[in-house]
Amino acid sequence: MTAPPTAIEQRASSVPDAAGNVVVFENVSIGFEDKTVLDRISFRLSKGETKAIFGVAGSGKSTILKLALGLLKPDDGHIYVLGDDVTQMSEDALFELRRKIGMVFQESALFDSLTVRENVAFRLLEEGHVAEDEIEKPVREALSFVELENTVDKFPSELSGGMRRRVAIARAIITHPEILLYDSPTGGLDPVTSTTIIQLIVKQRDVYKTSSLLVTHRLQDAFVMATHYFDRKANEMRPLPPGARSEVPMAFLILRDGKVIFDGDVHELAQSKDEYIREYIS
Amino acid sequence: MELISPTEFAKDTVLAVQDYALLAGRAVVNLFRKPRYFADTIQQADLIGFGSLPIIVLTGLSIGAELALNSANTLQRFGSLSLIGQLVSVGMVRELGPIITGLMVAGRNASGMASELGSMVVTEQIDAMRALGTDPMKKLVTPRVISTTFMLFFLTIISDLLGLFGGAVVSVLLFGLDWHQYWTTAYQALVFQDVFMGLLKPLFFGFIIATVGCFYGMTARGGTQGVGRATTQAVVASSVLILIVDLFITKFLMAVFSYQ
Repeated sequence: MTAPPTAIEQRASSVPDAAGNVVVFENVSIGFEDKTVLDRISFRLSKGETKAIFGVAGSGKSTILKLALGLLKPDDGHIYVLGDDVTQMSEDALFELRRKIGMVFQESALFDSLTVRENVAFRLLEEGHVAEDEIEKPVREALSFVELENTVDKFPSELSGGMRRRVAIARAIITHPEILLYDSPTGGLDPVTSTTIIQLIVKQRDVYKTSSLLVTHRLQDAFVMATHYFDRKANEMRPLPPGARSEVPMAFLILRDGKVIFDGDVHELAQSKDEYIREYIS
Repeated sequence: MELISPTEFAKDTVLAVQDYALLAGRAVVNLFRKPRYFADTIQQADLIGFGSLPIIVLTGLSIGAELALNSANTLQRFGSLSLIGQLVSVGMVRELGPIITGLMVAGRNASGMASELGSMVVTEQIDAMRALGTDPMKKLVTPRVISTTFMLFFLTIISDLLGLFGGAVVSVLLFGLDWHQYWTTAYQALVFQDVFMGLLKPLFFGFIIATVGCFYGMTARGGTQGVGRATTQAVVASSVLILIVDLFITKFLMAVFSYQ
């Protein structure tokens, strides 16, 4: 059995805190229209780790991602991303920070008036560091990663739901961000397409060692991620050998009533005695 | 239907005015800040300016013709039909040209901006843009404000000229007025203050149309129904604002120029 892969390249230096955390939530609270959604939650995301966030609908999972990106401001608490406190940053400073973060939105959020090529290249074109004639190569590479090279000239409306998610992943990874945020990337997709998306996320985790927060309703997706690794030689996801699960940087976080009720790895989750968690994972 | 308390309504209104003022202020400040989206501005100028040309041509011609037709009956009673060119030119250049063009462009473009940006908001495209490190205010709002303000100025000039032409056609064909006499009286009736007033107004109206359209689009909530509501509100609010601002500009300039 091939061992879990190592990074194929050294990632651009991120700025984690002294403990190696790239995202830190400290007593973060937020509410909408007098309803508290997150109530003093705290957790950490280590460098290279993928953390799957679970909870029932409306429990604030997507809100966590928007808070981490600075798209929303918390009512209370602090959020540190790559060493910067996003709760204290101006919008202009946040635009700089967001360039180091990629996000895949729940419904893909592709720009419907732009082609796939323009969508994927959007960040490069906006940053203006790459000449327009040099953009084709990274666009092709990103689309090749999600196996959609033949869609460059199509519009998002011409693609299936699964293809749109994959284009959204390509758009998020084109600049090799240090953190990736996935908002229900497999929501509403058939099992085969879901597996393809999960394989891409595992590939990004194991090949590029990108730190990620993954919001999902589907526990089975996260278990697949915790029990599989990406084999670069075979170019596919494979099950881990027995006893090798701790080698995969995968953690679970469960929300309930605005609080974090579980934060740990797959072994701790399986051994949890909490009735709600037992019911949730059963 | 849920009733809203007067206090809540007042709070929401004040908040909306504050948010609109912030958006309009940022749109102006962004004129002096990088990055500048020149290509987007040109594209919007094409959509707003050239796209509105057919409707402006039609309304300009018909308003000028109708003004001539309606005023001719009254002028005939006093034996002053020769003054028709003067009446049409002053009416079109000072008031009707700017206001009709403003209302037409508001109906066409404030709704377009609100629905386009509103759709982007409800499908998370605006959030995606922010997540990709691009300021939607600079990328989407400022180009629309620049191009609407700039293009409305020229659309108003076109509307004025076509209104005068429409008036001329009616005066010559229906009332037998001499073509040269019409244009001479129309030209001689205009003074600097008339032209200044007529060309200052579209600058304000263009700014109102773009900022109100973008404001309702960027604050759209509640899916497709919310986008529809935002579109309607954008047209109503921009039209009402144009009429109110027109009244104040007219009064203010009359006072400045000591002019009746």
